[in-house]
Amino acid sequence: MNTETDKKHQPRYINPYFGGILLGLLLLATFFIAGRGLSASGAVKLGVVSVVNMIAPEHAANNPYYSKFIPADGSSPLYNWLIFGAIGTFFGGMLSGAIFGRLKKFRVEHSPKISAKTRLIAAGAGGILFGIGSQFGRGCSSGAALSGTASFSYGGLLVMLLMFGIGYVFAYFFRKLWI
Amino acid sequence: MGPLIPQEIITGQWDFVIALLIGAAFGFILEASGFSSSRNIAGVFYGYNFVVLRVFFTAMIVAMVGLMYFSYFGWIDIDLVFVLPTYLNSMLLGGFLMGLGFVIGGFCPGTSYTAVAIGKLDGLVFAIGFLIGVFIFGESFPYFEDFYTANNLGNITIGEMFGISNDWVAFLFVVMAIVAFYVTWLIEKKVRKNMTAYKFE
Repeated sequence: MNTETDKKHQPRYINPYFGGILLGLLLLATFFIAGRGLSASGAVKLGVVSVVNMIAPEHAANNPYYSKFIPADGSSPLYNWLIFGAIGTFFGGMLSGAIFGRLKKFRVEHSPKISAKTRLIAAGAGGILFGIGSQFGRGCSSGAALSGTASFSYGGLLVMLLMFGIGYVFAYFFRKLWI
Repeated sequence: MGPLIPQEIITGQWDFVIALLIGAAFGFILEASGFSSSRNIAGVFYGYNFVVLRVFFTAMIVAMVGLMYFSYFGWIDIDLVFVLPTYLNSMLLGGFLMGLGFVIGGFCPGTSYTAVAIGKLDGLVFAIGFLIGVFIFGESFPYFEDFYTANNLGNITIGEMFGISNDWVAFLFVVMAIVAFYVTWLIEKKVRKNMTAYKFE
């Protein structure tokens, strides 16, 4: 990426510190309005609960985890702040992609050293681990690590330190996926 | 005055409109910062791109210091701001699994949504994997229910844990962030010099 042509092909991202300030102000505004921070994984959790509840309502009611998130008044678990937030996140991302010229046809992004198939297998495996981990962690990078730590939660700090720390510990073993 | 919704200053259906707008701003910032690309994100683990650290730490210290000022000026009742409770065992395992998932998958849930939104299939597969992971957790929950709630320290803050005020915690995070920004800038310069294969996509 030292040549001029390469520079031309670089997507235009905003300055990361500027992005961070915007994200911090958004998080602060969210604390001010809602009394709690940003979330991403909660919507998927409610989605899973909702589907299980639809297909096997008795099974969902008997499961001590699912049953926590099924509203007692019989309304849908989907009618929730977290779901609307996640829908917004999707469309906000799409809007930014459209503005900066990154909204394109379906594609797989991967290191030139691995095939698209390897990348997809890794993405799926990482997703599964992240899905299980986020439930143990009471939230993901958004809810626990970022919002948790920013609201001074000790647990949020632990999740953040472990998430990045373990990433570094195992980075060597998975370097072929990236570099 | 704040927080508005817990004190019912804003009520009813407006909740969901606000959630949608906050979510949209969140997705926009994530995508615009480059988080719709797993190779940008994973760069934090290999030293070729520290955008994750820059955005994440900047956001964290802005929100932390902001909360302290809001509280100082009396704009927000800090006691009504949710402090994520600490379940020691469960959260340590959760952080471990997420770290592993992070370096293998290259996304976290929020960033994968924005990746899907601009057409990245690896983002879609990550999001589907995430959903399956949550389902596996839910189905097997009865077997480790005790572990999940073990060592509950309650809504403990970092300041309470270490016996200092949270103003100091915010100050220390700002100092650590500035040091981290400088050190990672040096590392990134060095790594990029020896790296030709990586291009932004």
